[in-house]
Amino acid sequence: MSIMGTRVIRTEDPRLLTAGGVYVDDVRTPQLSGAARLTFVRSPVAHARITGIDASQALSEPGVIAVLTVADMDDLAPPPPSSGEWDGSPTPLGGPWAEPLLAVDTVRFVGEPVAVVITDTSYQGEDAADLVAVDYDPLPVVLGPAAAVADQTLLFPAAGTNIAIKNAVSTDDTPFDACDVVIEQSIINQRVACVPMEGRATAVSYENGKLTVWASSQNAQVSRFILAGALGMAPDQIRVVVPDVGGGFGAKIGIDRDTITLAWAARKTGRSLRWAETRSENLVAMTQGRAQLQHIKIGGSRDGRILAYRLDVIQDAGAYQRVGGLLPFLTCLMAPGVYDIPDVQAGFRQAVTNTTPIAAYRGAGRPEATAAIERAVDLFAAEIGMDPAEVRRRNYIAPDKFPFQTKTGAMYDTGRYAEALDKALAAAGYAELRLEQQRRRENGGPRQLGIGLSSYVEITAPDPDAGETAKLEVRDDGTAIVYTGSSAHGQGHHTAWAMLVQDELGIPMDQITVIHGDTDLIPAGVGTYGSRSLQLGGSAVHNAAIEVKDEARRHAAEMLEAAEADVVLDTGTGLWQVRGDPDTALSWAQVAGHTSGGSLIADVSFVQERPTFPFGTHVSVVEVDTETGQARLLRHVTVDDAGTVMNPVLTEGQRHGGIAQGAAQALLEEVLYDADGNPLTSTLADYSAISAPDLPSFELAASETPTDLNPLGVKGIGEAGTIGSTPAVQNAVIDAVSHLGVRHIDMPATPQRVWNAINEAQKASNQ
Amino acid sequence: MKVDLTVNGKEITADVEDRMLLVHFVRDVADLTATNIGCDTTSCGACTVLLDGESVKSCTVLAAQANGHDITTLEGLASNGDMHPVQRAFHEQHGLQCGFCTPGMVMAIVSLLKENPHPTEEQVRTGLEGNLCRCTGYHNIVRAALAASETSPQADTAEVSS
Repeated sequence: MSIMGTRVIRTEDPRLLTAGGVYVDDVRTPQLSGAARLTFVRSPVAHARITGIDASQALSEPGVIAVLTVADMDDLAPPPPSSGEWDGSPTPLGGPWAEPLLAVDTVRFVGEPVAVVITDTSYQGEDAADLVAVDYDPLPVVLGPAAAVADQTLLFPAAGTNIAIKNAVSTDDTPFDACDVVIEQSIINQRVACVPMEGRATAVSYENGKLTVWASSQNAQVSRFILAGALGMAPDQIRVVVPDVGGGFGAKIGIDRDTITLAWAARKTGRSLRWAETRSENLVAMTQGRAQLQHIKIGGSRDGRILAYRLDVIQDAGAYQRVGGLLPFLTCLMAPGVYDIPDVQAGFRQAVTNTTPIAAYRGAGRPEATAAIERAVDLFAAEIGMDPAEVRRRNYIAPDKFPFQTKTGAMYDTGRYAEALDKALAAAGYAELRLEQQRRRENGGPRQLGIGLSSYVEITAPDPDAGETAKLEVRDDGTAIVYTGSSAHGQGHHTAWAMLVQDELGIPMDQITVIHGDTDLIPAGVGTYGSRSLQLGGSAVHNAAIEVKDEARRHAAEMLEAAEADVVLDTGTGLWQVRGDPDTALSWAQVAGHTSGGSLIADVSFVQERPTFPFGTHVSVVEVDTETGQARLLRHVTVDDAGTVMNPVLTEGQRHGGIAQGAAQALLEEVLYDADGNPLTSTLADYSAISAPDLPSFELAASETPTDLNPLGVKGIGEAGTIGSTPAVQNAVIDAVSHLGVRHIDMPATPQRVWNAINEAQKASNQ
Repeated sequence: MKVDLTVNGKEITADVEDRMLLVHFVRDVADLTATNIGCDTTSCGACTVLLDGESVKSCTVLAAQANGHDITTLEGLASNGDMHPVQRAFHEQHGLQCGFCTPGMVMAIVSLLKENPHPTEEQVRTGLEGNLCRCTGYHNIVRAALAASETSPQADTAEVSS
């Protein structure tokens, strides 16, 4: 029986549970013995000219080895010139919007690195960093994308504007003129912090011209590419090792300027260096997510047909554009969601502000698209007085229309949207919930029930042509090693890749080792983002196993003196046999031993023709106390269809985590600044990261609609939960108080915001 | 100052800075790296260890305050190669993904089940308020805690003695 689709618990766990993982700061190797600590001196102001840096007092402190600033970076080439347009390059350097490694003469956000202090111990580093005297001459601060696009104060005067990238939305109102009903709404998709439990961390050694960098990253090979470019080194002079990673969520794609600076400082000083950021550093200096100001316009007929939709986005890029226009591009690409809307207009402007840079965070542009359209559909449903489930059903792309080309240019592969809705409604007991809601409304008590829906489709492996690598080696002791270009930080790659090999070759999982994240062992690879791992990296492993099997068959045929066509592999026992002759049997060890090198090797790269599009429906049930504004999530029911499920344990785990992060944005989490650009949420005491009492157990219903774009039939599941849950929870909160006249509440639905919305609605109805 | 701690049954004497935190003693002096640091405000619980059998956040205890006391970290939980019931429950229920919060989570649950051998789901959730996880949505951590509460030897002992 095939292991695929069965509940397999993880091979990673025993080590993590008994000895703990080996994260960057846990790495103990002779190369790092005696490593010094690097501490960043970060800007305490949001926007200022630097008029002087005096390190003399810091240098006189015990244990201080060096204090370095941009003036010491005389061994680096200047950033390459650029046209000013994003060229798709992953390096943070270059262009008129250039982000330096250490501040040159201007700081543009609180937390920007200005200098580094190198000390024997971390305690000395904290002491000495406080003593580096930096003179700041404050500049006016630009906060919020709306202020940024006004261009009154410029972050980069040479650029002449704060709008770095734009793809202007159409202003043609013709499609809306034909509609019975047109609704507009401004929506804030607030800035949130990624908060992987392990912050960023780097260790570096530079010996005999070779740089070894241990980085907490989602992409070893991309990190090496960035380092080579930034430091002017050949890739083979650099080894990047990614050990265990304590969560990434998009914020650890590649490496940031901080890690490049560390590598440079190690080369400059000849010292091995370590850095593990504090949470207070992490909450101002690691990239953050979302941060869009959206304006939606939706029009349709009174019988529930949506005829036109417009999404206009202003993306807050933060101070530096780490991922170009990627986020609003993906938001606009996915703007119409699961709906077959005749006219769709979507566009964006991306502006820089004096805040922490924005980049990918679980979903990266797609949750923002879903949040906008799912809010718009609910506003439309409320306006025409139709059940929001029914409006959704009337507008889905029909199952016989796939592959479906959207008006915004996406090619959806497969989808059964109405089925997902029906399954979710049935699992939630939707009709009974509406009755209970009605009872509570009639009773008029303070605890009102809200039911929120969200139907979503999202894009996974958005860069399928970049592909992923896998090398599989079966050795003459019968064991197998998988070298994967994909990168694990909690997803369970080691379990999943071993399952793929066992399924194809019959080598037991406990005889299979999976290796990732070491550029000396795996020079080519892409890594993990955009929910790409299983469909690209997993398919590569699958294809490598088939190649190994084909080669093994040739050897087995020779050894068994039989025709290749008559030689079969029993994947239950892992034995090669001549068909119909149970007495002949060769083990993998014997077949591998027959090769000249003593092992069977396949080295493959898998590319996919197009991205895949997971989909589903979430039903969220919240209780809102109308006297306090407190919203409590009671139930969350989901159908998340990401194609074939290989291991339900892992798939469900990804969904759970995604749902929680999405609910967190709807209910609690928000990065805040004061009027001067000082962060107000720079510790976990201030930033309300969601915790166990804030959440219920989740109710997951299964659904599998395979894609034909890869041999496994799989799509990505890493981000779907986040994309689906945020609007469902937000819609549920608004639904709970809609009978009081509330039409919209921006996220997060804090008690204050909900209470204000109720009060304002009541005031309006009393007038 | 000179401190003398017993960590996972092993006595460790060291001369440390007065301000050294227990978590740094565990990681840098005892060289036990399972215990992680996830914040600097006692909010996340990644550094949770047992001090004389009770859970504490080791980032909020000075090594000096732990002088003369018994510390148990994740590495000291299994006995004779057998995982502790809470560790086993985490494995069986997929209670961990990236593993970074796990050592603190496991130690917090060991302590929670000692105080309350048969908690409800709500009691588990409330008890874990000070331990953050970003991967699992807490769903399977809660399931692991409930599963361990039915099998944990401490739970049985506590029940008999009460």
